[in-house]
This record gives sequence, C-alpha cells and structure tokens, in this order.
Amino acid sequence: MVMLDVLRAGLLVTVQAKPRTEYLAAGVSPSGPMDEDAFRIAQALVGNGPDAAALEFAQYGGSYRVSEPALVAVTGGAVEVMIDGRPAPCWESHLLRPGERLDVGVLRGGMWGYVAFSGGIDVPVLLGSRATHVRNGMGGFEGRALTAGDRLNLFASPALSPRRMRSIFRRPSGPIRVIAGPQDDYFDARAWSLFLEEPFAVSTRRDRMASLLFGPALKASRGHDIISDGTPPGSIQVPGSGTATVLTAERQTTGGYPKIATIISADLPRLAQMPGGLPFRFALVQRDQAEDSLLVARRLADTIIAEIVNA
Amino acid sequence: MTIEFGDSIDEAVSARVIALDRDLKDDPFAGITETVPTYRSLLVFYDPAIVAGADLAKRLEARAAATKASNETLARHFTVPVCYQGADALDLQAVAAERAMSADEVIALHTGATFRVFMIGFAPGFAYLGGLPEALATPRLAEPRQHVPAGAVGIGGRQAAINSLPGPSGWRYIGRTPLRLFDAGRGEPAFFRAGDVIRFAAVSPAEMADLDRRADLGEAIVEAQPPW
Repeated sequence: MVMLDVLRAGLLVTVQAKPRTEYLAAGVSPSGPMDEDAFRIAQALVGNGPDAAALEFAQYGGSYRVSEPALVAVTGGAVEVMIDGRPAPCWESHLLRPGERLDVGVLRGGMWGYVAFSGGIDVPVLLGSRATHVRNGMGGFEGRALTAGDRLNLFASPALSPRRMRSIFRRPSGPIRVIAGPQDDYFDARAWSLFLEEPFAVSTRRDRMASLLFGPALKASRGHDIISDGTPPGSIQVPGSGTATVLTAERQTTGGYPKIATIISADLPRLAQMPGGLPFRFALVQRDQAEDSLLVARRLADTIIAEIVNA
Repeated sequence: MTIEFGDSIDEAVSARVIALDRDLKDDPFAGITETVPTYRSLLVFYDPAIVAGADLAKRLEARAAATKASNETLARHFTVPVCYQGADALDLQAVAAERAMSADEVIALHTGATFRVFMIGFAPGFAYLGGLPEALATPRLAEPRQHVPAGAVGIGGRQAAINSLPGPSGWRYIGRTPLRLFDAGRGEPAFFRAGDVIRFAAVSPAEMADLDRRADLGEAIVEAQPPW
C-alpha cells in the first residue's frame, strides 16, 4: 500500500482521470482534465495507462509526501518543482523517496497543472472514470478538492526509472478557432462582426465548469433563451448579460442559453490554459478544418508520448 | 454535431429526436461515440479519425428522414408516487393561491395529467417533463431556494420536472417522490430516459415513509407497466 499525504494543498487540487463520457444522456457531466494533452503526458512520464488518475491543480500545486518510492511528474506549464529542496524540473519524471517532500510551485504561462504519480491514484471508479466532479461532489477523492492532511492511496507500480521527453511539447499559437453554432442564427451580422473582430480575454471568473470572457457584449437578436439543448465542450453560450461564456469539463450536459459558436477541440485546452487578461481573437473555421486540426493535435501529443525515453 | 428537429417544446419533435437516438443505438454508424437526446435536437459526438463530419451529417439526415417517428408502443410507462402533504409540499399552497384554486384542485390536475419525459439534463438524472396542464403553469421564484431535496416534483413556468439531486432551484415544488432518480450504483444510473411516459399518484405521509425506507434499501419501488 503506497500512501500519498497532502502536506499543503494547492489551489483546487482534484483527482482527475479520463472524462466520464458514457452517461451524458443521463445528465452526468463529463468532468476530466481541463488540459487533456498535459494530463496524458504527465501520466506517460510516470508510466501510467489511460485509465489512471492524477492530480490537477489550478496555478499553485502544493506539497506532498509518499510512503513508498514512486515516480512523479509535473506538467501543464512552467512551474518550479522541488524534492527536498533540490530542483526537479517539470515535464520529466523523478524518483520521490519515502519521507521526501515534493513542493510544486506556481504555474507560469498556464492555469491548470498536473501532478502524476506512478501507479496512479487509487480511488473508486464511478460510472467508468476516477475523475472528480467538484460541483456535483461526485467521483475522485470524496468528490471534493484536496486539503492539507488528506491521505490518499496510490497503486503500486513495478517500474521506477525516471523518464523524459525528447522534444518540447509546444502548441501552435494564433487565434482561438471556432465553428459556428449550434445557435449561430440567434446572432445578427453586427454581433458576429464584434465576435470575430474584437479582442477577448479570459476573466477571473473561471473554474472547471466555465470561463467567462471579457470582451464586447454580444446581443442575441432572437433572444437569450432557447429550448434547452445539448452543450458540446467548448461551446460559447451567451446569457442575457451578453457575456461570452466558454463551457468546459464540468459543464452541464444541457443548457438554455444560445451558443454562438463552439471552440474546436484542438484549441480548447489552449483556451483553458490562457492566462487571465491576455487578449486573443476568435477565428471562424469550417468543420472539416476543425476535424483536421484535432487529428494534428492528437498526433502531436501521441508523438511526444511515443518518444518518451528513460532519462 | 447537433441534428435539429425543431425549436419548440413539442411532442412530435421530441418523438423524432428519440426515434433517431434509439435507431442509432440499435444500428450505430461507425465513429459515433455518444448521443444526447434533448427537447429539440440530438447532440452527436463522433471521432473524426473514424468518420468525417460531412459524411456523418449526410447519413444522419438520411437516417432521420427514414426513421419513423417514435413508435409509442416502445415508450415505457410508469406511475410515480408523490406525497403532496407536510414538508414535501413546499409551494403547494402558494401555487394554489396564485392559480386561484384549492390545494386539492392542484393535486387533482397534477395526478390527472399524463407527462412525457422530454429530456434528462441539467443534473444527473434530472427529468424535464412535458404535459403540465395549462392551469398549473406558475412562474419561477424571483430568488432561487438554496436547498430543494432530491425527488421534489416541480413546476417552472410551463415546464414540469422531478429533481434528482439536492440543490438550489427557483422552481415551485408541490410534492416529493420517494423514487431515486439517480443512483450511481445502479446498472442504469438515471431512472428515467427521454421518451418515458409517467403519471403521478398521491400517497399519504405514512405510505411515503414506507416507500422512502424501501428506496433507501435499494428496492425498486416503481416499475414499468402496460400503458393506461
């Protein structure tokens, strides 16, 4: 039995795993990592499979200790990681020995970080996933964010040789690409020109469910109430206030606000990781471009993972 | 992608959404990973590594056109017990006063109507119902309540619903069912599916206490039945 002790909780530290996708029609929000690529790379660096759970944190990671030797890797952005005061660079795995203190600092250039431990975190599988849904208090570790003094279990893992990536994981930059709809026709030409020509920025009102954007108020000429329909990940809903709101991991499965556009899957992690206040623009693309971009983004992460080598 | 069937709360629209959803469950297209039926549309998740959206959209539209609107004999029918008394009847008196009728008249209208589950959404297992008698339509509260229990049976404008998890809500609640609408430990965690047909039946507080106890033990207190 490998124990993981939380010495200092970071911000909104939750046990995350692959999204809970099989129960959307039953109203179960998917949850899962805000940046699936960074999550997968962290897991690969410690040798974990696709169903394993790791920790996600918002900006500040916290301090931890294990009772048996384990590999640990921190990803998501640039962050200072220390093991007993010795630097342990992020985006590679390190051996953490019993009693040593792991300190994960503050992310730069990102919002969501990941701390993966070899073996993965041993919490019950709920409806197909170990992911925590904070708002519903479901899954993960007691359905909640971790606090100092929590003790979790890790699965034992046979291999403890540290690993590194052969190339840096770098996403393409540029505008955040969207496809129109599902309710693009609720917005007139003026709203669309504001949406595509003015800068937006992620505000401080962001969590795992949604990110509210700063930017021009978008008026729905056909009104801000629709007969509720499904909410794809990355959809940008616009309530009566006109505030563009991006729906993310813990979104409700259905909603009653019109959705002007949907951020393409390839760019959604980039929006989730966008530092608050940094101006960006939206660019409209067609569905086939969105599909090609997703396949390219997947290949990028797959290649990075395939090229991981022993350090 | 979203396959639209209409822009209204309409039984015929809902029937077509559910028919396509069922049809895809029985005979799926490669590449579809998940479907979510809603009031008016079917949200379809797909993997572009397996199927291109343009092809899938064409095939879905052809399938939707060829699928007969839901054969209603396929719908499951349920009688759902509701206690309309005491603490379970949060807003019953207020709704009765606003609709200028007695509490008994509200209950009679509510138990006399046939409801259809249009959609499961908002929260795990939360059932949006159509079929509320026009006379019972009551606006939502200006200030949402912070705590409404699971199983509360409510009215929100012209819509009706059954709450699945405890939490805040601005809807008006006239009773509570002991039925557990969501149980992650059940084979099918959400009790209802879009397309189900239900009627409510009043039970006494004593019967309610017994049903609550049995539901806590995991007993099935409501089962599908032949159509009325």
